[in-house]
Amino acid sequence: MTASSRDAILSRVRHAIGGRVHDEARREVVAMRLAEAPAGVIPARGQRPRAELLELFCTMAGRASASVTRIAGYDGVPEAVAEWLRAANLPATLRLGADPRLAALDFSATALQLSHGASSGDDLNGLSHADGGIAETGTLMLLSGADNPTSLNFLPENHIVLVHADDVVGDMEALWPRLRARFGKGLMPRSVNFVTGPSRSADIEQTLLLGAHGPRALHVILIGD
Amino acid sequence: MQITSHTFKANGVKALADVDLQRALGHVEKGFIEKRQMAVDALPEFDALRDRAVAIKTHVLKHLDLYLETYAKAVEAAGGTVHWAEDADHARRIVLDIARRRNAKTVTKGKTMISEEIGLNAFLEENGITPIETDLGEYIIQLRGEHPSHIIAPAVHVNRDQVEADFRRVHVDLAPDRDLTEPVLLLAEARQMLRQAYGKADIGITGANFLVAETGTSVIVTNEGNGDLTQLLGKCHVVLASIEKIVPTLEDLSQILRVLARSATGQEMSVYTTLSTGPRRSDDPDGPEEYHVVLLDNGRSNMLGTEFEEMLRCIRCGACMNHCPVYHAVGGHSYGWVYPGPMGAVLTPSLIGVDKAGHLPNASTFCGRCESVCPMKIPLPKLMRHWREKEFESHLQPRAQRWGLGVWAFFATRPRLYRLATSFVVPLLSRLAGSRRRFASLPLAEGWTQWRDLPAPEGRTFMQQWAETNGGEDLV
Repeated sequence: MTASSRDAILSRVRHAIGGRVHDEARREVVAMRLAEAPAGVIPARGQRPRAELLELFCTMAGRASASVTRIAGYDGVPEAVAEWLRAANLPATLRLGADPRLAALDFSATALQLSHGASSGDDLNGLSHADGGIAETGTLMLLSGADNPTSLNFLPENHIVLVHADDVVGDMEALWPRLRARFGKGLMPRSVNFVTGPSRSADIEQTLLLGAHGPRALHVILIGD
Repeated sequence: MQITSHTFKANGVKALADVDLQRALGHVEKGFIEKRQMAVDALPEFDALRDRAVAIKTHVLKHLDLYLETYAKAVEAAGGTVHWAEDADHARRIVLDIARRRNAKTVTKGKTMISEEIGLNAFLEENGITPIETDLGEYIIQLRGEHPSHIIAPAVHVNRDQVEADFRRVHVDLAPDRDLTEPVLLLAEARQMLRQAYGKADIGITGANFLVAETGTSVIVTNEGNGDLTQLLGKCHVVLASIEKIVPTLEDLSQILRVLARSATGQEMSVYTTLSTGPRRSDDPDGPEEYHVVLLDNGRSNMLGTEFEEMLRCIRCGACMNHCPVYHAVGGHSYGWVYPGPMGAVLTPSLIGVDKAGHLPNASTFCGRCESVCPMKIPLPKLMRHWREKEFESHLQPRAQRWGLGVWAFFATRPRLYRLATSFVVPLLSRLAGSRRRFASLPLAEGWTQWRDLPAPEGRTFMQQWAETNGGEDLV
């Protein structure tokens, strides 16, 4: 059923656009387009020197209702996390994945109770490491896998995300060559999550409310300058 | 769902008299228009990006067969399954087969208009499977037994106090005296109810804003995070998407995302843009065990290569209805099916037939606001006009209307006769109007005067006045 439906749909489409089954010229056009992956129109906003780019990233994340802390290096992460939780009057618990960059952190000087793995849904605070940041919109890019389980992006009430300054780029288009270099052309991790601020809804009388189904608060820690 | 597009006029009359609805519709005009404008003004490249987005989609439609093949191959390479669905019935059966095989009892759903288009919820219920909508707006209207009245704000026709009443009626296990006076409390209650649903669901169904051919990826754009929890926590993820959702590459996706978020909600970027490729990998600690895509045609391939092909560029942002004076007046339900507003006025006749939906393309003054805000530059008024022509050619209008148009056409194609006739009628109407200079009723014009007065013409026709001011020089 499905195989013949596939042929029927494709043949109707082909007929409507006047293409033949073995239309080599068209195949070449499509193959070229996929291979070249032209970037298109890139807004000027994100095209600036590194220091300004990082500033822009923080400003835009703030406009999307995320909070941002900047620290010099990974040494400062445990204290920055503990400090934010304290200031927000939240319990000192933290759920995180197996990311080596997180595993290398020394939380012993803090009172934080750590637990590891995917979220079961009753975690209050989650910690993830992003693999990219987009300055144009203050967006984080998180990749699925054991290092940073996707459920940590959505289930905890509060989500703390680390991003390194080297991974912050001007625009979304600039992230794709990096991803292709890491996973191979045409290949993707199961889930690529772009996150811009905490979850929200305006479904009741167009009133914007934070904390719909995902985290109520998003805290970004930008490492390095 | 029951299609009521053929009773659009009666639906509209009812909507205009509905006090609750009129109050709710005020939020559309206030909420969306200003936010979109601010977001557009903040991005100097917005128009260039629109042109780019149009070029991308036009290119895809020219080679849609090849991109669909490429996309399907990539989905399968990532361990997913592609199902090709000819029509609504076929798509429903595909979903049911998956559900039966997995012995599914409960299905959670992220927002998907394709699900509405194929009437999936009612069908699942008939077959003993419980669908649970997880988008706050969709959840509200599911409780109310209604359908979305807007493609991105499904419950925009509902007021806060109505939501409160529905929650009290349905969530009977919660304390009856709890405080639900603020929208934030309603949101918290929905969050609490739905949190229990995600993990229990056997299947999570979402739509797709885009399908990326290069990688076999489906993309959803949400603010709540419900679509993400739906596809992440269900044991099996089913994506419902129509064939025109394809973009070639990740770069193309990035380009169109910029115009989508701004046109839809006036955001720079939606909170969650999620790219899904295949099922859970061997070392993934979470994610669905199975990943299916149902690729729906349902009449779209018949639009390719016709005057309605441009409609297939639509990215379902809702800007056209947010800016439509007719939508503002009558709301989405009046349109009688899944797609309301100007985009619905073009798409609905294409998908269910102009014989059932002929009123919709007529419900426009052609003010052109929809086209001016459409991020994909779809010439919506032109396409509505095409439907009017087709309707006339197929003799679908009422006799009186066809007769009236025929009379008008007779005179309009004979300018001298037209001028002669109007030079009699205009002064006559002017005299009959009396000192009020308006008609409260007029034979043959009840369609107009039933709702508002008809202003009386001034004493002379335009051509007569023109001739005078030009020293009697005849222009035609």
